[in-house]
Amino acid sequence: MFRTLLKSVREYKLPSILAPLLVSCEVVIECIIPMIIAELVNRFGTAEGGFDIDGVYRYGAIVALLAILSLGFGAAAGVACSRASCGFARNLRRDMFHSVQSFSFENIDRFSTSSLVTRLTTDVANVQNAYMMIIRTAIRAPFMLIFAIVMAFIMGGKMAWVFIGVVPILGIGLAFVISRTMPLFRRVFKKYDKLNASVQENVKGMRVVKSFVREDYEKKKFGAASEEVCLDFTRAERILALNNPIMQICLNIVMIFVLSVGSNMIISSGGEALNVGHLSALLTYGFMILSSLMMLSMIFVMITMATESGRRICEVLRESPTIVSPENPVCEVRDGSIEFSDVSFKYSEAAGRFALSDINLSINSGETVGIIGGTGSSKSTLIQLICRLYDASLGVVKVGGVDVREYDLKTLRDKVAVVLQKNVLFSGTIAENLRWGNAEATDEELRHAAHLAAADEFIDSFPDGYNTYIEQGGANVSGGQKQRLCIARALLKKPRILILDDSTSAVDTRTDALIRAAMREYIPETTKIIIAQRIASVCDADKIIVLDGGKIHAMGTHASLMEDCEIYREIYTSQNKAGDEDET
Amino acid sequence: MKMRPNVKPRPRAKRGTMKRLIKTVFSFYPRLLPLTLICIVISSAVASMPTIFMQKVIAEIELALKNSLGWGDVGGNIIKYVIMLALLYVLSLTANTVYHQLMAVITQGTLKKFRDKMFAKMQELPVKFFDTHGHGDIMSYYTNDIDTLRQLVSQSLPQLIVSAVTVIVLLSIMMYFSVWLGLVVIVGVMIMLIVTKKIGGGSARYFVCQQRAMGKTESFIEEMMNGQKVIKVFSHEDAVKESFDEVNDALCADATRANTYANTLGPILNNIGNILYVIVAVAGGIFLLGGATNLSISGLAFSVSVVVPFLNMTKQFTGNVNQVSHQINAVVMGLAGASRIFELLDEEAEEDDGYVTLVNAKEIDGVLVECRERTGIWAWKHPHKADGTVTYTRLRGDVRMSEVDFSYVPGKTVLKNVTLYAEPGQQVAFVGSTGAGKTTVTNLINRFYDIEDGKIRYDGINIRKIKKDALRRSLGIVLQDTNLFTGSVMDNIRYGRLEATDEECIAAARLAGADDFITRLPEGYGTMLTGNGANLSQGQRQLIAIARAAVADPPVMILDEATSSIDTRTEAIVQRGMEALMKGRTVFVIAHRLSTVKNSDVIMVLEKGEIIERGSHDELIARGGRYYSLYTGAFELD
Repeated sequence: MFRTLLKSVREYKLPSILAPLLVSCEVVIECIIPMIIAELVNRFGTAEGGFDIDGVYRYGAIVALLAILSLGFGAAAGVACSRASCGFARNLRRDMFHSVQSFSFENIDRFSTSSLVTRLTTDVANVQNAYMMIIRTAIRAPFMLIFAIVMAFIMGGKMAWVFIGVVPILGIGLAFVISRTMPLFRRVFKKYDKLNASVQENVKGMRVVKSFVREDYEKKKFGAASEEVCLDFTRAERILALNNPIMQICLNIVMIFVLSVGSNMIISSGGEALNVGHLSALLTYGFMILSSLMMLSMIFVMITMATESGRRICEVLRESPTIVSPENPVCEVRDGSIEFSDVSFKYSEAAGRFALSDINLSINSGETVGIIGGTGSSKSTLIQLICRLYDASLGVVKVGGVDVREYDLKTLRDKVAVVLQKNVLFSGTIAENLRWGNAEATDEELRHAAHLAAADEFIDSFPDGYNTYIEQGGANVSGGQKQRLCIARALLKKPRILILDDSTSAVDTRTDALIRAAMREYIPETTKIIIAQRIASVCDADKIIVLDGGKIHAMGTHASLMEDCEIYREIYTSQNKAGDEDET
Repeated sequence: MKMRPNVKPRPRAKRGTMKRLIKTVFSFYPRLLPLTLICIVISSAVASMPTIFMQKVIAEIELALKNSLGWGDVGGNIIKYVIMLALLYVLSLTANTVYHQLMAVITQGTLKKFRDKMFAKMQELPVKFFDTHGHGDIMSYYTNDIDTLRQLVSQSLPQLIVSAVTVIVLLSIMMYFSVWLGLVVIVGVMIMLIVTKKIGGGSARYFVCQQRAMGKTESFIEEMMNGQKVIKVFSHEDAVKESFDEVNDALCADATRANTYANTLGPILNNIGNILYVIVAVAGGIFLLGGATNLSISGLAFSVSVVVPFLNMTKQFTGNVNQVSHQINAVVMGLAGASRIFELLDEEAEEDDGYVTLVNAKEIDGVLVECRERTGIWAWKHPHKADGTVTYTRLRGDVRMSEVDFSYVPGKTVLKNVTLYAEPGQQVAFVGSTGAGKTTVTNLINRFYDIEDGKIRYDGINIRKIKKDALRRSLGIVLQDTNLFTGSVMDNIRYGRLEATDEECIAAARLAGADDFITRLPEGYGTMLTGNGANLSQGQRQLIAIARAAVADPPVMILDEATSSIDTRTEAIVQRGMEALMKGRTVFVIAHRLSTVKNSDVIMVLEKGEIIERGSHDELIARGGRYYSLYTGAFELD
């Protein structure tokens, strides 16, 4: 996992390496400073030689110089470290986002939108913090630990053993705290996510809550869940809070030991074995040893917590797109003919049931084909195989006489335009949205496409016309307007095959007819496939396919289907019953 | 592609937020909080004292060295000091442990109480609040704001108190030793504070920028992830990558700046501290050399035993300033979060001055009498303030609107002079384009919004006089956007009436035509639904929502595009169930599909907030007006 993540460091390798180096320099100086300070203190006459003002000046100057050096290294390390960690985060986001762009529909289905958003934001932030911590502190802490222990021995001689004696106490204590809290934290974070998910659900369903007068019920439900989260969090934090007293106990033991035994040693040896400066340095190093151990334990906790986030990021980075262009792709689509031979499809290997089975179908270039069938009859699935949004599990789909798997993906999708059922406009002007179909389209071409999609009228009625700003998700245009803009956008691709997946459901029947007429007239050579709920939308097609349960139930013209397809007749009747009554 | 910034900058914290926060926490923990405070003060006051004893020990050692005394001469004193020191440690340790344990309890408890308060508040807010605030925005109260608050309460505030106490104690001790040296330290610390203000302030400012850039990136990611399939279909991946890189780089730049400030502040302050140490040492040396007269509370003259401990205290002092500086970001962001949370808590709750309630009733000798058990008969209990009498009116489901005007935003009229009536058992349908005011009519009946002018009467009672709870309980609503909750299918249906038995829920599902598909789910009625029933089709979700309304068994039902996602053939199949469901109730139907409404008793055609046609299907077709052109497809319905 770490290797996958670290691949994203790239151009930030330099600061990533520089940061620990600079930190090391800073730490070295930070460790030297107490030694010099000890000497400085000795110049006050605590050691042999009495008060020595020149010595105070000299050592003072050295400390000041070292402090400035340390400041320089520290600040430089700070800069390098923020560059490295923010850059790393940027690359992680970038890599993930780019990776998602190469996903096939199958890949996309595997991750929910909200989980992708969390991975790109919160998870990256967690990893970024951990990374910063690691390159700053992971070097610092062990370095300080070793240095401080060595120095303690040099300065304090045998006295330093007391540190070695305390370290296990601290180690055991911290290990206890970590081992107890980690599983608790992991569990409670999951509960916390759930709690927030339930708030979201409540916000979204507020009208339902209010209509059923369930406010108190919801409060009680939430209160119970939040109580549980609170209890777990409190338990975990209380154990974690033990860190502090454990550390303090160790520090106090060291202090008392050094003071009592140390002073005894100084006095009984007459300042030979140990002097006062050494004594205070020993106390400083003791503090350094313990706090670096403390830091190590914190790093450990942070890394463990970020591991989960790292794992979720890796999942995205490692996901390989299931559909890619072949090695020597065909880069031209000859015509708009489509052929399905013995095609079956299921959404995943594990799925028990085929969403489509035994589809045999042949559509000539320029034909208009209607597809009709109830919810769940796999209408959308069928057309998604044509432009290789999914690959058929069995059988072959051909476009223009060539297996779709042999085409360059971009070529294929440029020539096979799909207006998806769940369609989306992006924030930006209408013109910008339309130009998704063809970035180089002239204003004239935009107008023409809008006209074909019967969208020109309402666009012109907006004060800003084609420069009208569409809010995120197309929130400021009505459903029918949105659908027509989406059709215009697809038309601009000048495709060989145009597929409308229930794309006129919110458009009135008259406009629906207008659009179909315009397509018949202006793009006669384009193959048009229309999925619709309304019989009226497909009844004048050359061919109508009735899907039922993932199989072609019947195929024919409106007249022939009315004759011999019961499902088709039922659909027809459900939509025209009153009309019939009126006539009779 | 152009990006319009749609993320509002987070407002700075309002004045007085800190005071209110502390007051609120105090009201949550009136006993624990002061106890914690005492512990914090003890532990930090005691923390600065060991220096005194160390100094005394060192003084004894010097004495011994100077006069060539042995351990036996000074050992007694040293042991005494060490024991006192140990006692001090025990005191500090106890206070410290108690403080940390209590703080964990207080922090988590406070967060929980804030969460509960926010949630409870949210339940009381009018629907308008949810219509005018983005869901993401509301969620961030529970995630971002609570998180910043946690940092503030658990770490920053205690740290500020600890540092303040330590600084005061240290200052007093310093003055005890030497005023002159103390002044040197104070000047140095002033410089440190100025640096902190400059760098720390910059850091806080850029953290706010980073937050904003983060919001922008987040909304970009959200938009693109939602439209991922469209991006694929248009082979637009490269263009999107480019736009993302732009947003991402901007975020990276802000983040780097913010973190650079934050990361460099530590080493800078730390080393200013070191330099200050040297300055104090040199100053001490000069005083010693020049034999300057010391000014101090203790009256001690300048000596090595004054200067050396002083140096240690300098270190501690600057260390504390350093600690405080680390909290700046957390304090700025935490207060902004707290300020937002208080804003939510201050939102005005939904008003309800109704006093007519809904009660179970039974008929005895032709007179309605209130009773406790469920009888299937409901009555409006109407207390009259004037003479203290109570009248009971049977709930029948008669709804009348007369000359109602309404607007969501003052000046932009949505409904104009709407008059309509629905007699018990009638089915009334609304037809019209988006924005014509169909849904608004239902929003007014259940008082999600209040009318501006005119009257709405329910069984002859002005709905303003009816308690909202009672009013809404008498209405069943199925909305276009179906919202299901995490839980089993059975739980979701039972949401309509919490005390309904399994049998009643299943019967309701049968009535709604949902039983068929539910029994085919892997675990039938026990199947767990998550993510708003993500594992069901939109049509299936609508069927469950209908069953949920059916189990509530309300006398009046509002179906707002309730069957819009069910294909016509399935709709025809569930039609019988729907008819059974609607039988005997007053039903308001809003539908896009005219086939859904044509059996209604009355159809209202709304346009721009006015009823332009009304009558039965046959009457309207015969009239050849707007409804006729809609029906024959000559007019667009959007």
